[in-house]
Amino acid sequence: MKDRYLPLAATVFVFAALFLSGGAMFKHFLSTLVLGDLLADNAFIIIAAIGATFVIISGGIDLSIGSTIGFVGVVMAHLVSQGWHPLAAGAAMIAFGAVYGGCVGWLIDACEIQPFIITLAGLFLLRGACFMVSLDSVPIQHPFVDAFAGWRIPLPGDGFLASSAVVMLLALAGGVVIAHFTRFGTNVYAIGGDPASARLMGVPIRRTTMMVYALGGFYSALAGVIYALYTASGYPLAASGVELDAIAAVVLGGTLLTGGVGLVVGTLFGGLILGLISTIIDFDGSLTSAWARVIVGVLLLVFILAQRMIVGSLMHRRAS
Amino acid sequence: MRRLGAILGQPGEARAVWPLLALALILAVDGVLTPGFFTVRVVEGHLFGSLIDVVYRAMPTAVVALGMAVVIGTKGIDLSVGAVIAICGAVITWRLHMGDPPVLVLAAALAAGLLCGLWNGLLVALLDIQPIVATLILMVSGRGIAQMIDLLYGGTDPSFTSDFFAALSTGHLAMLPSRLFLGAGIFALLWLLMRRTAFGLFIEAVGGNAAAADLAGINARAIKLAAYLVSGLCAGFSGVVITADTHTSDPVSAGLYIELDAILAVVIGGGSLAGGRVYLGLTVLGALVIQCLTTSILMSGVPPEYNLVVKAVVVLIVLLMQSRKLRVLMARAFSSPGAGSP
Repeated sequence: MKDRYLPLAATVFVFAALFLSGGAMFKHFLSTLVLGDLLADNAFIIIAAIGATFVIISGGIDLSIGSTIGFVGVVMAHLVSQGWHPLAAGAAMIAFGAVYGGCVGWLIDACEIQPFIITLAGLFLLRGACFMVSLDSVPIQHPFVDAFAGWRIPLPGDGFLASSAVVMLLALAGGVVIAHFTRFGTNVYAIGGDPASARLMGVPIRRTTMMVYALGGFYSALAGVIYALYTASGYPLAASGVELDAIAAVVLGGTLLTGGVGLVVGTLFGGLILGLISTIIDFDGSLTSAWARVIVGVLLLVFILAQRMIVGSLMHRRAS
Repeated sequence: MRRLGAILGQPGEARAVWPLLALALILAVDGVLTPGFFTVRVVEGHLFGSLIDVVYRAMPTAVVALGMAVVIGTKGIDLSVGAVIAICGAVITWRLHMGDPPVLVLAAALAAGLLCGLWNGLLVALLDIQPIVATLILMVSGRGIAQMIDLLYGGTDPSFTSDFFAALSTGHLAMLPSRLFLGAGIFALLWLLMRRTAFGLFIEAVGGNAAAADLAGINARAIKLAAYLVSGLCAGFSGVVITADTHTSDPVSAGLYIELDAILAVVIGGGSLAGGRVYLGLTVLGALVIQCLTTSILMSGVPPEYNLVVKAVVVLIVLLMQSRKLRVLMARAFSSPGAGSP
């Protein structure tokens, strides 16, 4: 089963190579300050991508991540302006995300609606709901938000681990435990690998599908809460298109979109690679966003081809 | 009640019923909410009215959706069509700035669409990459490529004027918008290709079961490649119409989210993402449902911020109506216990 870790090794290698080449190009790049910023700036994408990892391992897809983040932020800002404590508002929104995801999971399994289409409808629904709550950016003003922004763990060197990065790492640890140390996690891999066999082996398909999308909704909503706290505002257009970044992070992390294969840890590095590319482009100054898009595309291609070779040989061995 | 159960249980034969019903419902609501919705007047020698406007605005999405229907028929998906539209826009602007004759510029734009289709097709057919990932690559990088093409002529002034392109997109022919003739031509050609040659049969065979089709002697790889070429070309045509309409190359937002509307159009038209079926006419109907809905919301005086929510709810209702499993469940609930079980 060493093959299982090959894609992860490739992802970590690319991350290290990118980080070191950034260090070779720019002064002060190889520092805990840059690393800490990288973790903090991309925390919400990585949190959302952890949820997407479960959904994708189960053989599904979730296109409503960006809209969920935007919706959670706007409603949270609204609730706080009504006098709610940000933590209470955040908890309510996370509960909403999980329940919403569970309903989506029920629709997918009970009504046999394709995940791509139903979560696409969810993308429109939640983004539209954002506009119904507010058309403008709403600031979140509360002592807790300032405290959250100020709280940090110093790292050796000048760097520090911001609170959002800490939440992200905790969410990651939770994801790893769920994926690899619970029966639910095993079921997710089972229905993603081969739904028919999973059903025959007695895996509860309905419950697992509902829980997968509930978990996806939970992580998307958590990402929304972190994003709202990090930016101290709710903006109805926030995080448009983040679902694609999340899916790209999952793919770069070595998870197969066919389902059944992947590691939650890989998603962390996949997300960090995406963040690193934009950091390098920021440092350079002469490169444009056009380059960021093309580089991400090329990286995706290289990764998918590498995975095809690794997994192709694995599948071949298993099939024969 | 038992008859209602039977209708709900077996509508497979008349699959045009559901999208037509949706369109009729939306139009009926429009007729009530907006007086004069169905009037078509002649203004300055052109037909003018809400219905014409719906078809006019639906055309670019419908053309993209036709290509998408073919790709989805092979059990594939093409997420890159929006990016292809951006690339075509950049190519048109670049070549016009270089002073090429308009016909050559049109050829270059369509060639760019075909090239994008070829790229997607090679990734899917030759390298066996899952369609959603294969086309995600061009979707992510395509707008970057369009920005780079814009740099070829300096990129400082991405607007252009061209009578030829204006005539293709916003001009009129025999009282009707000229782009409707372009769309009808594309539909007719594609329909002939799908229904009067073996190509359509091959597409549905490959989508239904690629391995079986391969064993039956169909070159599944070539058929898949051809499907992505068709989709790329359709996106190219749509890119020409959209770019000519705005007179500018806009890599960031040209055709943004059109892939989602196109996929929705195919699904509303009864196409399944599981492949094996291509319904060209119903796909156009699906695109009309989406555009009709958008136009209705704008005209009905509902605040525009409700647009997306209403769209999502209607799409959900159409999806639930089409869900065979839900219909079976409801049919069972409606018919008397014991008698309704098949």
